[in-house]
Amino acid sequence: MAEPAIAARGTVPPVSPMAIRPFVVCGVRRETRDTFTLELESAEGGPAPRFLPGQFNMLYAFGVGEIPISISGDPTRRGPLTHTVRTVGVVTRAMERLEPGGVLGVRGPYGEGWPVEDAAGADVVVVAGGIGLAPLRPVVLSVLAERERYGRVALLYGARSPKDILFRAELRRWRSAFHMDVEVTVDRGDRTWRGDVGVVTRLVPRAPFDPARTVAMICGPEIMMRFAAQELVRRGVARDAIWVSTERNMKCGVGLCGHCQHGPLFVCKDGPVFRYDRVETLLSKREI
Amino acid sequence: MVVFDRDALDHLVTALRDRGFDVVGPTVRDGAVVLAPLESGAELPCGIRDEQNAGRYRLRPGGDGAVFAHAVGPGSFKRWLYPPEATLWAARRTEDGFALEPSERRVRKLALLGARSCDVAALAIHDRVLASGPHLDADYAARRAGAFVVAVDCLTPGGTCFCASTGTGPSVAGEFDLRLTELCDPGRHLFLVEAGSDAGREVLRGLPHRPASDAERADADERRRAAADRMGRALDVDGLPAILARADDDPRWEETAERCLACGSCTLACPTCFCHTVEDRTGLSGERAERVRLWDSCFTLEFSYIHGGSVRASRAARYRHWLTHKLSGWVEQFGTLGCVGCGRCITWCPAGIDHTVEARSVRESHATRGVHP
Amino acid sequence: MSTQVHALDVLLKEHPFFHGLAPEDLEILAGCAKNERFEKGQFLYRENQNADRLFIIRQGTVSLEIYSARRGAIVFQKVREGDVLGTSWIVPPYVSGCDARALETVRAVSLDGPCMRRKCDADPRLGYELLKRSVAVLVGRLEAAHFQLLDLYRNPLERPRHG
Repeated sequence: MAEPAIAARGTVPPVSPMAIRPFVVCGVRRETRDTFTLELESAEGGPAPRFLPGQFNMLYAFGVGEIPISISGDPTRRGPLTHTVRTVGVVTRAMERLEPGGVLGVRGPYGEGWPVEDAAGADVVVVAGGIGLAPLRPVVLSVLAERERYGRVALLYGARSPKDILFRAELRRWRSAFHMDVEVTVDRGDRTWRGDVGVVTRLVPRAPFDPARTVAMICGPEIMMRFAAQELVRRGVARDAIWVSTERNMKCGVGLCGHCQHGPLFVCKDGPVFRYDRVETLLSKREI
Repeated sequence: MVVFDRDALDHLVTALRDRGFDVVGPTVRDGAVVLAPLESGAELPCGIRDEQNAGRYRLRPGGDGAVFAHAVGPGSFKRWLYPPEATLWAARRTEDGFALEPSERRVRKLALLGARSCDVAALAIHDRVLASGPHLDADYAARRAGAFVVAVDCLTPGGTCFCASTGTGPSVAGEFDLRLTELCDPGRHLFLVEAGSDAGREVLRGLPHRPASDAERADADERRRAAADRMGRALDVDGLPAILARADDDPRWEETAERCLACGSCTLACPTCFCHTVEDRTGLSGERAERVRLWDSCFTLEFSYIHGGSVRASRAARYRHWLTHKLSGWVEQFGTLGCVGCGRCITWCPAGIDHTVEARSVRESHATRGVHP
Repeated sequence: MSTQVHALDVLLKEHPFFHGLAPEDLEILAGCAKNERFEKGQFLYRENQNADRLFIIRQGTVSLEIYSARRGAIVFQKVREGDVLGTSWIVPPYVSGCDARALETVRAVSLDGPCMRRKCDADPRLGYELLKRSVAVLVGRLEAAHFQLLDLYRNPLERPRHG
């Protein structure tokens, strides 16, 4: 725990962590019916800030509001800041209307990220559900950038329907490059869908990895993460080798407003990525 | 250690105002001792006592001129150091998007007069929560940095006080600029004064005072010691954080929820509650936007809302969250209890819910149910 | 014992569904078993029709579907190599609640329902063992079905499909 670093009397007041930086939209891509990707560049010039896979920014739509969104870009390159956003409310709807040239306020990056470094030498299993693939995309890109440092790599991805599959072209590229396993399943198929149908947890028993030397990272709806973690445990993966990313209401993103508390944990600064054994009991409790 | 008299206390108020401080201290208003800006020491309470109990607060005359012979009132210094509403920044639309207006944070210096041990402890807690670590609340830090603290030992703890249980009183510990112990008897009205900083010493030098006699020091010690035995409530904190951390399914929460109105009075009165929300406001033309920090309470449904619904939908869950955070989660987060034993939440709860009773109930049912991992 | 039965015997022994059964039991069950092959598009069983077989899928993918005139065939699950299909043989009236259609060439071992029931009646201990294993398959299916029912990836702005 840090010593109180309160400003000594009479000195200049510190910079507020709530101050936003303007970023300009340089690219917009529609991913699915309700999901889109924004690419942002700093309006003040200079490269986008470095980030760790799993971190998020607070994104501000002028006059509308501010929300936390995971960074979905490539952490190994100094490209534009990338966020994949699902339209679920007022602020995301405002962001959906942005075109290149539009401006967003950005604060961050915040939060604890995925254990990509610590997974070196192990098999890597990434289990994603729905929009949960977006915060995990930086993990896959990091791992692929240094592929030889990892064992077997598997991505298990569940989407609602074929139309809701994110990053289709990229998934195909990853699969066809032979150096990782990509399994995609949908909750409900359609007439043309040739792939798997069924919940993503069903992919765990058969996925190619060695439970004794695997690091698993899961992101998706909380129920899905709970069940996926249990499947992994059933298959022999240790609870301290499984990581999840949780979500709670956030107003400040920096541990000052109290909103994101999940039990005693601040999702914004203790998480959003947590080791499963730390949150397993919390996840099983109601209204906590 | 020195002493000064009642008049010197008035001089203290003036001296602080002359140095540019806004002096905030206790005064009687609308049947309560509230904290308010003071223009002179004449506004301080005179001979006031209070009777406090769960959901009950009354003032009565004490028959003397004592200034501080009452326990804390509904307000705390939180209102000035961490105001209910504070503008964080403003921005204007520009051709290229928007630009932040340069910040003009002009913060008036504050002198906190009459900070009890619980108030001082609450300040330390807020310093830890809001002004340590990589991200500070800049507004709080600015107001706090300039604050002058005149602490006062509590010699007449109130009916709902339990600071002795939480280790935060009734004698002042921690940081202060001046510390007063009131010695008010028929025929004499003195304050034992200790300076706790250079700023305190500097102010004290300009006030009429003399060295304290051994008898006066012993008298003050005795009164402080006696006060510790006169707490209105007690809370056994031994092992309590661990018990509460595992008590999420205790039937007590549902029972208490029947009485709890989720009104949030406890969070308003509590000197350590810090939860806030952020509002982004625009003018009608949409050309200018402001971000404002506003007090919030975990008792509202919106507090835990994420797309689809609120995580803590039931009142039982919200009450449980508040109590568990205060007496358990806080320890894990910040290393101390979040509660300073001031009793405000008990006094000002319209339903008279007493969290020392709640905590005791959970502890007892934990003991009878046996320990589960 | 014929060569055919002997080969099936071995197949059954290797499949997790039959783990823990004594060799004699496997021999008995093998007597109810036969190799089957379905071409793409063929049904392993049909909804509401006799579904009186247990299948071990050895190769290929099978789609579990319910047909709606308005929406066409709604696929709610796909099963593939290694999966067990068909637990209706144990519950009267031994009729399936959905269609099972081969999406490609499917090779499977099927165990005849009436045959297995006769053997289970004769040896309740064997019946109990098979029941345990069938229930495990059912529980797994049910849990997966619960999941799908939750429509977890639904956008919260949409009205829920159920309740």
